[in-house]
Amino acid sequence: MDRKEQDVRILAIESSCDETAAAVVRNGRGVLSNVIASQIALHTQFGGVVPEIASRKHIEKINQVITQALDDAHVTLEEITAIGVTYGPGLIGALLVGVAEAKAIAYAAKKPLVGVHHIEGHISANYIENRDLEPPFICLVVSGGHTHLVVVKDYGVFDMIGRTRDDAAGEAFDKVARAVGLGYPGGPKVDRAAREGNPHAIEFPRAKVEGSPYDFSFSGLKSATLNYINKAKMTGQEIPVADLAASFQNAVVEALVSRAILAAKEYGYDRLAIAGGVASNSALRAGMKRACEEAGIRFYSPSPILCTDNAAMIGAAAYYEYIRGTRHGWDLNAAPNLKLGER
Amino acid sequence: MKILGIESSSMVASVAVVTDDVVTAEYTVNFKRTHSQTLLPMIDTVAQMLELDWKDVDAIAVSGGPGSFTGLRIGSATAKGLGLAWNKPLIHVPTLDAMAYNLYGASGLICPLMDARRNQVYTGLYHFQREFEIVKKSCAMDIHDLITELNARAETVVFLGDGVPVSALAIGQELTVPYSFAPAHVNRQRGASVAALGAVYFAEGKTETAEEHAPDYLRKSQAERELDEAKRQGKTGELAAGHAVEMKE
Repeated sequence: MDRKEQDVRILAIESSCDETAAAVVRNGRGVLSNVIASQIALHTQFGGVVPEIASRKHIEKINQVITQALDDAHVTLEEITAIGVTYGPGLIGALLVGVAEAKAIAYAAKKPLVGVHHIEGHISANYIENRDLEPPFICLVVSGGHTHLVVVKDYGVFDMIGRTRDDAAGEAFDKVARAVGLGYPGGPKVDRAAREGNPHAIEFPRAKVEGSPYDFSFSGLKSATLNYINKAKMTGQEIPVADLAASFQNAVVEALVSRAILAAKEYGYDRLAIAGGVASNSALRAGMKRACEEAGIRFYSPSPILCTDNAAMIGAAAYYEYIRGTRHGWDLNAAPNLKLGER
Repeated sequence: MKILGIESSSMVASVAVVTDDVVTAEYTVNFKRTHSQTLLPMIDTVAQMLELDWKDVDAIAVSGGPGSFTGLRIGSATAKGLGLAWNKPLIHVPTLDAMAYNLYGASGLICPLMDARRNQVYTGLYHFQREFEIVKKSCAMDIHDLITELNARAETVVFLGDGVPVSALAIGQELTVPYSFAPAHVNRQRGASVAALGAVYFAEGKTETAEEHAPDYLRKSQAERELDEAKRQGKTGELAAGHAVEMKE
């Protein structure tokens, strides 16, 4: 057999929220194609993702996205080794589209089916551009729905050491953005506004969770920020949007960076990665990079396109699951509350 | 000619293969709404029973709606995935048309009813005079308005579907024309009817690509209905964001 014959090529499908995505990934780290049909514009008028609309759009786009992923990769379905698909966590109706489609393709093309945890996908996005990164390492996962500190012990083996007690970091960004009229999605909007502002202009509280050094809490910060906005509105003061965005963002970044660095030191890992949609936030990347340099920790982050929901990361995760023997049957169901490490 | 029929628009999950003029397999379960776990294993079972080489299948007929939004999408995504991998066309068979086709040859009006909740039924009206005729296209309407229309048409009616139990009281009290309810073996969705009517459409060239296919819900999402309502009332303020628990099907 020549080299190409031995390659494992995963066709990966992702539809857990508002992006319909497909990708072809070779041997876990080589992205042959990465196609994303974003619905953001569609949901903007509602100020957030509407599950039923997301599900309808997935059905309309999914075949086109998959076909393009195969075409871009210059491979046929026959040349694919296995089909990987996100089956949780996420919006149940949205997940079901990808799962039903992936199962039907795997069945029809006689290929193994590998169900993937969405967060395992986000973590695995780091493997794509960092050929030297291998477990074990610490990973901070931050997105609209998740804020987790995870010890990645091995491929597919995780120890969740910290999580948010209330809002996800991305959720707080969305709510603050809406309150100051920056609109949806909040993360990138706050990030942009904050560049013109002073991160120390307003002192917002830094919440600690009693007895849980690695857990997060953002509801207090969110309330303090919203109170500040309401007070300004009531007294007729103009809201300093740039300063407020910068100060709020700085408080979030400090909370994330301090716990991640503490975890790396306490657990004795010299490598730290970030993942998830909020990992593309420029202040978080800069803050994490600086803190890692100071602590002598190697810092890894995916490029922004691989931080957002995409199928290349699902293909990377599916490869390592495939190698370790994970297979799913034709009865695979969507699991909206799937736990990391569960199969 | 071989047509695979897929039906998952309601509580019923049903898969069938029509080979030329005969149903060679039909697998129907009307038990729990677990289509995501059962539909593809059912297709696999049918294929094994028929020793089917899928290369011989000419097209995939899918019950295209209305119905449970989630149920429709599971059937649709399954059909689209099969169509993509086999490079076969799809046939969109309106769910109520396929249900009416259960009662091929019946005299008078055929009136399938699906429980659409929100005090409505999904319905349509059909005739079999010489050939299958759609008298009233699929729609969502109030059962009382439907009964008024049926009284005005002054024909005998046969009802079927999961909308019958929720409408029986109103029908008994308000309907003035002779009527009956279809018996057990033909009063719910059937994959065989989807495949059989699909075969007719296939012969007429009414196919679509797997990429083109999407369900016909006959109803907007709740968030869109609320947005339309807000616009109609001239509200310009921001809508309550994140309709996170909209879909409870």
